[in-house]
Amino acid sequence: MNIQSIKGLVQPDRVHRAVYTDPTLFELEMARVFGRAWLILGHESQVRSPGDFFTTRMGREPVIVTRHTDGSVRVLVNRCAHRGARVCETAAGTTAEFVCAYHGWTYGTDGRLARLPLPDGYARPAGESIGGGLARVPRVEAYRGFLFASLAEHGPTLAEFLGPLRTSFDDFVERAPDGEVEVAGGVFKHAYQGNWKLVLENHNDTVHPAFVHASSIWAARQEPAAAEGAYSEIGVRQMLQNGAPWEVWENTGLWVAGYGHSWMADYHDDSRLVAALAHPAFAEYRAALEQRLGPEGAARVLGELRWNSIAYPNCSFMSQFRQLRVVHPIAVDRTVVYAYSFRLRGAPERMFRDTIAFSNVVNGTASPVLTDDLEVYERTQQGLGARGSDWVFLGRGQGRDLPDREGTRRGRSGTSEVHIRNQFAAWLEYMTAES
Amino acid sequence: MRAADDVELRSEIEQFLYHEAWLLDQGRLDEWLGLFTDDATYWIPLQANQADPLTTSSIVYDDRRLLEVRVRQLRHPRAHARIPAPRTVHQVGNVSVVDAAESGDVRVGSTLVLVEYRRERQRVWGALVEHRLRRSTEGLRIAAKRVDLVNSEAELDGIVCLF
Repeated sequence: MNIQSIKGLVQPDRVHRAVYTDPTLFELEMARVFGRAWLILGHESQVRSPGDFFTTRMGREPVIVTRHTDGSVRVLVNRCAHRGARVCETAAGTTAEFVCAYHGWTYGTDGRLARLPLPDGYARPAGESIGGGLARVPRVEAYRGFLFASLAEHGPTLAEFLGPLRTSFDDFVERAPDGEVEVAGGVFKHAYQGNWKLVLENHNDTVHPAFVHASSIWAARQEPAAAEGAYSEIGVRQMLQNGAPWEVWENTGLWVAGYGHSWMADYHDDSRLVAALAHPAFAEYRAALEQRLGPEGAARVLGELRWNSIAYPNCSFMSQFRQLRVVHPIAVDRTVVYAYSFRLRGAPERMFRDTIAFSNVVNGTASPVLTDDLEVYERTQQGLGARGSDWVFLGRGQGRDLPDREGTRRGRSGTSEVHIRNQFAAWLEYMTAES
Repeated sequence: MRAADDVELRSEIEQFLYHEAWLLDQGRLDEWLGLFTDDATYWIPLQANQADPLTTSSIVYDDRRLLEVRVRQLRHPRAHARIPAPRTVHQVGNVSVVDAAESGDVRVGSTLVLVEYRRERQRVWGALVEHRLRRSTEGLRIAAKRVDLVNSEAELDGIVCLF
């Protein structure tokens, strides 16, 4: 597909359905979007000590993220340099080396070939012929402990790429009394028969909750108030919040920045959700935060009201609620999302229990909320297969978006589809750039 | 406990579990909900051998209140993921009493094979199940139910059926 025909797929207020359904475009996306962008991998707490590793994907590329003996983080392609078998089958662990099951080729945590059987059987050292060991992902960087890598040799630095979205990662970390967060509590892996873009478009879509989540809103509204400290309270409150009146959504801040990023703010405040749980643990948490930041600093941090932030093209996170989702495109109509919870170091354990209760309702594979999102992604994918109409309309708020600080734009209303138009602007840049 | 009591208890429990499965397969979910005690928990762990539901996420961890929301949701005309409701067969087997105190709860282990059909797609689930049953004036009631899916750690499409 040539550049001109790709350009024709994205127009100011609409996109061609092929961007969701065409397998050829999907292959191009894997090379040009996922092959170029900085992709989130996870968090440094997953590889705290030398030898620690976890496996994940960058787009469809299977990779191992390791902490090498020199303390650096390496990202290695999970494919034996000899005959191509995956060398690591474990989700996470600690090891000195990776041994291929097929012929025993053995690699260090930096990916370098350490030994192989029958090394004398080659005209020149086998390590030379295979380029030294496991293929290394060329660029790896961290921001505030969040690990990113890029499959491209060249491109913007991570700081340039994230731009003003960095403030969402700052918010994530600054909420911790010790100034550090860590991955904890397991990982949800939910999947749907639909394109990877659908989930990223949905997370800052403020018009969908009233319709997609109508049944869980309705069911939650009939629940009488719970006893103080009830486990269910944070989940029920979240379901109720999805039913907020239009004026709440209209007044929600929705910002977009370069490279397709966006975030939603001024939405949930702690008096609505966390503090309102009226648990002494929240007062204890606030006191711990004040100890590090002072009362004004703590008030500033707790006054930051972000909901979803999107680091395009593979990450959606909730700094205020310690959730981070990594999007793995599998095929043009198949996507897997890994959802992680984080613990605020230095906060009372009760805060983490609320994080877990929240994650079960927001990211749980059988959640009364998430299952309706997944259902609608699948119906959208099926509908987009229809040939009756080729265009997907993204015009809400178009022409009314406002320029804002640090080169960002903001929807005049929180119900604007500005974040989707912005994602496609980035998509088009990736897809049509020469290299 | 005498051997005859043992046989009687086992039979009573088996009948109870079959009845529970029948209610689920018939879509009689309000009656199913009625089998749970007010302080019941319904738990589908995320991890194999998961020790607790409060510090690790769960596919489902419902107290009575969340379980009521879950069942009530089905009645809404726009319960998108649940209309049409899946048709199911719950096959309960290998029922065994893990422990039973004279005056306390009875812990019961069983296996579950569940065949689910919804919208042109059939899924098969396998699980190890543990019930904690409590005797009440209305007969046995579920104080806790834990369902360990064999594929709980897999990449899973949305789950809407009840186990």
